[in-house]
Amino acid sequence: MVALPWPGRRAAIEDGDRSARARTVMAGLLGLVAVASVASLATGAAGVSLWQALASLARGEALGLREQVVILDIRLPRLALGLMVGAALAVGGAVMQGLFRNPLADPGLVGVGAGAGLGAVVAIVLGGLLPAGVAAAVGVHIVPLAAFLGGWATTLLLYRVSTRGGRTSVATMLLAGLALGALAGALTGILVYVADDRQLRDLTFWGLGSLAGANWTKVWTAAPIILGALVAAPFLARALNGLALGEAAAAHMGVPVQRAKTLAILTVAAATGAAVAVSGGIGFVGIVVPHLLRLAIGPDHRFLLPAAGLLGAALLVLSDIVARSIIAPAELPIGIVTAVLGAPVFLWILLRRRGVVDL
Amino acid sequence: MIRAALVLALLATPAAAAERVVSLGGAITEIVVALGQGDRLVARDATSTWPETVTALPDVGYMRALSAEGVLSVAPDLILAAEGAGPAEAVSMLRAARVPYVEVPEATDGAGVLHRISAVAGALGVAERGAALAEAVAADLARLEGLRAEVARPARVLFVLSMQGGRLMASGTGTAADGIIRMAGGANVITDFAGYRLLSDEAVLAAAPDVVLMMDRGDGHAVAADDLFAHPALVATAAGRDRRLVRMDGLLLLGFGPRTAQAALALHRALYPLAPAEG
Repeated sequence: MVALPWPGRRAAIEDGDRSARARTVMAGLLGLVAVASVASLATGAAGVSLWQALASLARGEALGLREQVVILDIRLPRLALGLMVGAALAVGGAVMQGLFRNPLADPGLVGVGAGAGLGAVVAIVLGGLLPAGVAAAVGVHIVPLAAFLGGWATTLLLYRVSTRGGRTSVATMLLAGLALGALAGALTGILVYVADDRQLRDLTFWGLGSLAGANWTKVWTAAPIILGALVAAPFLARALNGLALGEAAAAHMGVPVQRAKTLAILTVAAATGAAVAVSGGIGFVGIVVPHLLRLAIGPDHRFLLPAAGLLGAALLVLSDIVARSIIAPAELPIGIVTAVLGAPVFLWILLRRRGVVDL
Repeated sequence: MIRAALVLALLATPAAAAERVVSLGGAITEIVVALGQGDRLVARDATSTWPETVTALPDVGYMRALSAEGVLSVAPDLILAAEGAGPAEAVSMLRAARVPYVEVPEATDGAGVLHRISAVAGALGVAERGAALAEAVAADLARLEGLRAEVARPARVLFVLSMQGGRLMASGTGTAADGIIRMAGGANVITDFAGYRLLSDEAVLAAAPDVVLMMDRGDGHAVAADDLFAHPALVATAAGRDRRLVRMDGLLLLGFGPRTAQAALALHRALYPLAPAEG
């Protein structure tokens, strides 16, 4: 189950070296991120024009309070968070698929999703029981904080369970991850059962994910963790390329297998844990983005990891634009948009290139 | 804390009365309209569905999942929000944009409704109209109190929120449903828990309701009386034997707005159909 063949590997052999193509694609993705970012700052329900704001800044005039709040305090942190979360989810997915040598792997396999979900539910349902002093200190950050701690704790536990004598077994991790996921799901179920009407609605919306709660506090809290993980990820590329041939082969090639595994697991837990904590559950980015890119530029992680970051960031920012403008002045949870946009595209690719993506 | 927020918000209200009001919460919108200020509304939330005229206004979404930019897009100069509107991040951004934000407290009894009316009227600068509306509501509340005093044996009422897979989701204490049952002079049969829970069949039997109360969704998708009374435990109760089911519009029944006293009167009449008709 673990050693499924790489999607796209056959294509890579046919096409030979695709690094030139990968560079072109990455340049294109960089352009896409730039366009998406500008579009994100320029569009929104409030009808505040970015161009007028820039023009008045250029003339040396101060922005009106409304323009200032909408562009600087609503759209800009939302863009920053969208870029970071999208990149974190996509890179996390790519690393997991490389580590587990399984095209279906996603950050959920290291327990981040289940643990973060449990943390969030605990905070929403039991947050009211905290002593007043503690509650006042953490305030509205209690849910993101609990989600991050929950995700992180689950991953560390899973890592402990599947590491014996200094060796981490990915097969054990996969199975233990299922067990821990079921346990976290059961605990979540108990809390959902005791939750009241309002808490249930909060839980539902948390699970659908949203960037609507973006503010500078969230950006500055999540940035060091996510950016740190994103910087660390490319260093895993060679090791993941080696691991594609199997652990023994990778070790013979001089890949420090155990160190690579530890680093990969910690990186993914940090990046996706922080992403889920600030934005709730956003599905499908971690699966679709790496697969799309493997079809386009091949499975070489030296290109795949940075490209996944770029495409993930662009995809999430574009999805967010749709989420907040399609039923304005109300807005859709972004998790719905990523799944509705992502799933059909993914299916279409699978059908069109059935011969290549042969699972 | 709520009151402090209210006072602050009132202080922040500019001297000129707000003319672009966003109302978040079905009952709040009803109060605004009942005060004759409906034309000052520029947007509403998804729970504001009565009176029908307000449904033509832009909908800023569900009141617990607001988008700050969405609300700001209608250029409001006053936001009236039911307690619990959120998320907190969106509310703090609305405050940052210096839009006066008035939080109207939760209500589950008559006094709570009167308090809500005065809070909304105060924020809109129509305290006199507010006093008049409160007086009318208070008169209905006083009539209710008289009717309640005449009840010899309170009807045992089971409020059923929904039926899921043959099980009943019922209201315990502390809910709007519990509040309206009390106001109408009935007794909520579920006192073991707060909020809404799925009941086991035996709990339904032990509760022994005389009447089942449900929301009328008005779209033909409500649980049919036949399905409800096919419930194996409910059949064995007085409510099942006499097939006594009362259905009322959800917002009317549970909104705790200006129509609540009338809703309680209507519920009272439904619970005690044999009581002497009062003039």
